[in-house]
Amino acid sequence: MKLAVNFLTIGLVILSLPCGSYTEIPPKPPGSVTVLPPVKPAGGPQAFPDAENSNLPVFTMDYARIQVPFEVTLWVLLASFAKIGFHVYHKITFWVPESCLLISIGLIVGAIMHSVHEEPPAVLSYNVFFLFMLPPIVLESGYFMPTRPFFENVGTVLWFAVVGTLWNSIGIGMSLYAVCQIEAFEVQDINLQENMLFAAIISAVDPVAVLSVFEDVSVNEQLYIVVFGECLFNDAVTVVLYNMFIFVADMPVVEPVDVFLGVARFFVVGLGGMGFGVIFGFVASFTTRFTSNVREIEPLFIFMYSYLAYLVAELFSISSIMAIVTCALTMKYYVEENVSQRSCTTIRHVVKMLGTISETLIFFFLGVVTITTEHEWNWGYIMFTLLLALVWRGLGVLVLTQIINPFRTIPFNFKDQFILGYGGLRGAISFALVFTLPDSIGRKKLFVTTTICMIMFTVFIQGISIRPLIEFINVRRTNRNLETINVEIHSRLIEHTIAGVEDLCGQWSHYYWKDKFLKFNNRILRKILIRDNRAESSIVALYKKLELQNAMEILDTVSGDINAGSSIVSLQYEKKSSGKPKRKFVAADLMNMHDILSKNMYKIRQRTTAYTTKHSLPNDSRTKEILIRRHTSIRRSLRPGSFNGPVWNTRTYSTSQKYRHTYSFKGFTLFFTILYITVSPATQPHTITPPPPCFMVGTTHVEIIRSPTLRLTKHGGWNRKSQTWTHQTKGQISTGLMSIARVFWPKQVSSSYWCPLVVVSLQQFDHEGLVHTVSSEHLMLRCVR
Amino acid sequence: MGSTNSTLSKIPNVEELMEETGFTPAHIVRLYDRFEALDKEKTGHLRPQDFGAINRLAMNPIGDRIIGAFFSPGQETVDFHSFVRILAHFRPADKKHPKDPSMPEPVNSRTSKLKFAFQLYDQDKDGKISRAELLQVLRSMLEMQVTEEQLESIADRTIQEADLDNDDAISFEEFRKVPLGRARRLTYQHGPLQHSAPRILSQPHRK
Repeated sequence: MKLAVNFLTIGLVILSLPCGSYTEIPPKPPGSVTVLPPVKPAGGPQAFPDAENSNLPVFTMDYARIQVPFEVTLWVLLASFAKIGFHVYHKITFWVPESCLLISIGLIVGAIMHSVHEEPPAVLSYNVFFLFMLPPIVLESGYFMPTRPFFENVGTVLWFAVVGTLWNSIGIGMSLYAVCQIEAFEVQDINLQENMLFAAIISAVDPVAVLSVFEDVSVNEQLYIVVFGECLFNDAVTVVLYNMFIFVADMPVVEPVDVFLGVARFFVVGLGGMGFGVIFGFVASFTTRFTSNVREIEPLFIFMYSYLAYLVAELFSISSIMAIVTCALTMKYYVEENVSQRSCTTIRHVVKMLGTISETLIFFFLGVVTITTEHEWNWGYIMFTLLLALVWRGLGVLVLTQIINPFRTIPFNFKDQFILGYGGLRGAISFALVFTLPDSIGRKKLFVTTTICMIMFTVFIQGISIRPLIEFINVRRTNRNLETINVEIHSRLIEHTIAGVEDLCGQWSHYYWKDKFLKFNNRILRKILIRDNRAESSIVALYKKLELQNAMEILDTVSGDINAGSSIVSLQYEKKSSGKPKRKFVAADLMNMHDILSKNMYKIRQRTTAYTTKHSLPNDSRTKEILIRRHTSIRRSLRPGSFNGPVWNTRTYSTSQKYRHTYSFKGFTLFFTILYITVSPATQPHTITPPPPCFMVGTTHVEIIRSPTLRLTKHGGWNRKSQTWTHQTKGQISTGLMSIARVFWPKQVSSSYWCPLVVVSLQQFDHEGLVHTVSSEHLMLRCVR
Repeated sequence: MGSTNSTLSKIPNVEELMEETGFTPAHIVRLYDRFEALDKEKTGHLRPQDFGAINRLAMNPIGDRIIGAFFSPGQETVDFHSFVRILAHFRPADKKHPKDPSMPEPVNSRTSKLKFAFQLYDQDKDGKISRAELLQVLRSMLEMQVTEEQLESIADRTIQEADLDNDDAISFEEFRKVPLGRARRLTYQHGPLQHSAPRILSQPHRK
């Protein structure tokens, strides 16, 4: 398979070679169509009846017309094939991060092109890179950024981003200048400003490179967020420094005023970027409030608004990356409430897709362009740059963490610091920036070469070695001696307790601001920006979302695993007589028990979870646990003899089979019964007081959209004659309702308070005849409040 | 948020509380803030719903047991003192003070912590973990893939291992003997206030 892919790749390359003799891809217009082909254009009318006496061309080819899109598509396809190829052999991607692989393939292709004396498309030109390639990546990073850890760590993130980048740039610049003074390296003509400029470019830690490595390695959440945030936000500093030094490089004299202006400019850039992002985010949310009738184009708004934010920021030369990230952050929360489920999925998928493709292309072209640009090599300068970059980053991380650690709830230990420092990979942003250096800088080629070396070094050597290093450092693997079952159970309980109490005590300083923001949010923002504004308890929101997803998933699964249950242990029983003899447990049984426990016990809510979303969409696996638990509790509450006929089979099978079972099962499919509890006084025979105000979740109507097939027991059902439910069915329905109500309001539904409420509403049900026999395949749960 | 002292003066009997539980003033202030934040209706007492509003706690498989542990039997509300007293169990144990056999067991010693865990199992407070109680806990901690027979076998095995006096239940003494020390993080040494403690002490006024 891999061989086939390789052949295909090479085939595509060769195919694209003749195309490469033309020049660049966008934005340069395809102005190369200057030669009138001797053959008339295909499909064109015979406008020159007195032309050469040629016959109607049967087959024409007009390459020039489609050239540009064609090449773009081919390159994208090529990069994607490479990506497919890597994943065929899983072990490679485990040890070598994908960015390295892509660069290598790019190198190969570049070599091929170079040997045929072709020019690669100028993808890494300034405009193309910054206007087309970078925004999707940053949008993806911003959109899938975990907001809660981000805001909890926002201080650290900004600290590292701003101060860290400054530290790095100034440090590297100064030391490089010192190195330049050494005569042996022949670089004395690089003055201080140019060095500082170069250092500013080099010190930018690149989001693209770092994140792909970190996610492959699955570092813990805190580290991930800090590095992630740092990469995204140091753009502000880099832009300012870059522009400042470019400006300064032209000036003969630097005045103190300029330094102040530089600082002021930094604030403008940073805060301006964030401000624009927030504004566009709010506008986008507001727009989606009105899109309920145009669901098909809902995803468009997300993309257009974020891109707009990016472009407007570029217009004013402020930090566009920050703009687009803040826009995505702001937008996400409100928009996902307003748009339909499908649009939400579409948005996520498209964002992910665009980001992945952009990233793939960038690395790929990094490899290609490496071969084809002109280089100037200088051992001393390059080696020292590499060394100094590492040293200064390490120092910077150490010093900065020492200062910020007392302020953190979870301080960084040495291992974290090491990974922080070592994970400072450089990438394509530096590369694009260095390409745009004005040619007035004499040593531009040297800079280009150094930058490329830096990138290659960090991505390859640091990227490949970081995973073994992390595993080496974390080597505290306790041997799993077979502890007793007791220990396992009790220790798990205690861990859950600790996690619970930690949650009880809550986070320290952020709670106050978060609380304030949430109040502001609920009172003002949500009313403006969200269409269906009802204050929601997040558990219910989560529950309803999960129910929907679950229902859809079940409808999609073809067959449940009937046999999954029986694949688990067969334990040997002794007959349970009344004398309670001691059961003998064979060693095999014990192994199986350990197995069951380790596989099935709920995982502790970890404070620092591994975070991997690069190659897959984020999943709600942990939150699915609530769903499962709620289902279980409903089932169990239904169990005690409330039905005739086959009921919930507690011989549990795997999850999907269980739910499948509920569909096909001949008893009362109560679980997916969606019931209509009205609390509207007008239609009730007697007044029902609204539920007591102590509800956490407020007044809730749970509405039937379509009801399930009520394949009832033979005594129950819908009596067509009298158009009522049989009494028994009512009892069943009411029990079910109570169970579901118990899910939402476990504390309140302890008495039989609900029973009259439910029965009365069922009466209403009957009169309106809302219940139809619709097949259970069309269930949907919607909580309307 | 005002200074530590002004908050402390709002709390009645604060010195006694600190004495009994061993919390520092900064800890008490922090817990008071948390108490007030949870007590949304400002009644001065917490009810189970207030605890239930903490989302992550609700996601915890034994969350409701933990909440129940705060309420003494028959009590519907928790005031600040009881709140602090229960949380005192989780303070990191003072390793330095030698055990004085005449004094009552400090509230955060290993034994009291184990007692707390024991009470999470023992809902009916008869001093023993019966098989049924164990089954309940197991059920809540395990996902649904496990059948009833397996659960019961596990429970049987658990009791078999720990039960020394053959009464088919685990008493507190037997619970203590389980060698939990080797497993990680079991003696609450990294109590939840551990991390916030240095911050509190250095930044008592920060909000």
